[in-house]
Amino acid sequence: MWLYAARRIVLTIPILLGVTIICFALVQIAPGDPIQNLLSPTASAADAARLRAAYGLDQPLVVQYVIWLGKVLVGNLGLSIANNAPVAGQVLHAFLNTLVIALISVVLAFVVSTIFGVLAAYRSGRLADRVITAVAVFGISVPPFWLGVILVILFAVNLSWLPATGMGASGSESFDYLHWDDFKFAIMPIVALALPPLGIMTRTTRAAVAEILNQDFVQTLRAKGLSERAVIVHALRNILPQAVAMLGLQLGYLIGGSVLVETVFTWPGTGYLLNKAVLTRDIPLLQGTILVLATAFVLINLAVDLVQSTIDPRIKRS
Amino acid sequence: MTDAIVPSRSPAATHLPAAPQRVRGYWGSVWRRLRYDYVTLFCLVLILIIVASAVFAPELAPLDPYKSSMAHRLKPIGYRNYLLGTDEQGRDMLSRLLFGGRVSLSMGILPVVLATAIGGLFGVLAGYYGGKVNTVIMRTMDVFFAFPSVLLAVAISGSLGGGIVNQLLTLTIVLIPPLCRVAETATAQVRTMDFVDAARATGASTLSILFTHVIINVMSPVVVYASTLVSVSIILASGLSFLGLGVSPPTADWGLMLSTLRQSIYVQPWVSAIPGIAILVTSIAFNLVSDGLRQAMDVRS
Repeated sequence: MWLYAARRIVLTIPILLGVTIICFALVQIAPGDPIQNLLSPTASAADAARLRAAYGLDQPLVVQYVIWLGKVLVGNLGLSIANNAPVAGQVLHAFLNTLVIALISVVLAFVVSTIFGVLAAYRSGRLADRVITAVAVFGISVPPFWLGVILVILFAVNLSWLPATGMGASGSESFDYLHWDDFKFAIMPIVALALPPLGIMTRTTRAAVAEILNQDFVQTLRAKGLSERAVIVHALRNILPQAVAMLGLQLGYLIGGSVLVETVFTWPGTGYLLNKAVLTRDIPLLQGTILVLATAFVLINLAVDLVQSTIDPRIKRS
Repeated sequence: MTDAIVPSRSPAATHLPAAPQRVRGYWGSVWRRLRYDYVTLFCLVLILIIVASAVFAPELAPLDPYKSSMAHRLKPIGYRNYLLGTDEQGRDMLSRLLFGGRVSLSMGILPVVLATAIGGLFGVLAGYYGGKVNTVIMRTMDVFFAFPSVLLAVAISGSLGGGIVNQLLTLTIVLIPPLCRVAETATAQVRTMDFVDAARATGASTLSILFTHVIINVMSPVVVYASTLVSVSIILASGLSFLGLGVSPPTADWGLMLSTLRQSIYVQPWVSAIPGIAILVTSIAFNLVSDGLRQAMDVRS
């Protein structure tokens, strides 16, 4: 167990380094010379060279990367161009807002998809299976931001049950998820986020349960007179490692992929921050946010692998 | 599946040696299975219609998709000769939808084709040569897997800036790693098969082994997987356009139309939803076709 864990953790380090290289490269592929934007139009070439040296931009790329990486490792993600505030603080604040709704969404999707998946596998080919499969295909195919727009049209414009956007009067500082007046702002973002993972997880669960139900041991369980409910418990235990893996992966996707949904609902998370960075071409903010999100994704995957290996001893041997 | 063996009608026939049946090729049997899959066939026809309506948009569009009219802004569905209403600048929605399909469909199909060629090539090389080549290629791909696809797309596109070429480039880069991995896995399996050894024993060059034996066999899993990526690509592209990272405004594009019409949901909610329906229908059709294709091409079933 510990050997596997240690190996897996060590293997994560080069991946994280690769992530920092890509994030560093993002600034390099951005068109335009950052120095030109800082200079006054009348500045001479010598002024430009001096400023370039002051920012360390005259160094070779490798040196620039090492210096940048050193800063990143101590939590310095640079300053945002738009408001000159440290990127790290903005990202962490937004990250919390994203993390909470992503967690709620993925748990919601997990519970519903498990029920749907088991039901569809049991009723294979029947009406329930068809309806659930249709819902799953819809979830996978629907552009989540459009779903957000539709939800707003239905529940905010037509029915005025829920507020359309934002985090409410109390703002993100004192937002209380346990308080209904606050929580209702989070409902539509959560639903819009939950549908795509719901579709994917339903299909996977359905396939996994159907495969298990075809195995001999299930027949044995039935033959020895177990109730169908006990059989389901056996089947669910068998898909547990797979389900945990799915859950973690989808959580990672939601954290990284919530940019569109957060933009639709102006939910002040990392996705909204990314959108702001894109619109104002604030490359340091873009870079910092991407770095934090990708690192979170890698760490979630690591955690999933470790949890999975404790549940399912077969994984360690391979 | 129900199509494995056709039961013989006469019971006596079972005792006789089987009559020589026409041997069906792989594609023949795939088509035989697909022929009775009405959902897939329906979606295939739907895709053909959608593609045709985008290709023939100039002939089909009832009005000029770029002609704006201040007097006819945000008219409802069915208003006068505007079949699907008008957008926030008074342009005909139906015409814009038809023209928008050209960009949106291209952004679904082109990146997948490019990524299949590039990712597939790298995957075949990694899988065939193994060793160091494999390590370098596949570990590089692993780094890209550290990013959720939407995040990677926004990262690259956000740095490069908007524009259709940048969008194409971004989507291709995002789709290369998964295709590369599928091609690598398939190639590694084919490589160890006897016919490859046999070809090598006859003195065939590496290049000819790759092209005549390996790629042919790797093709079908890669193509099936690539077909599932078309709808992913359409949704990603529309998302990027929605964020303003796609075509520039006067051009019609489903994602961009959704984005600009978002301001109008209080005035004309259902007209604002139309471009999304186009994306949804196209994406569902591609998803179901790729599902059907995968089932039909799965030899085990």
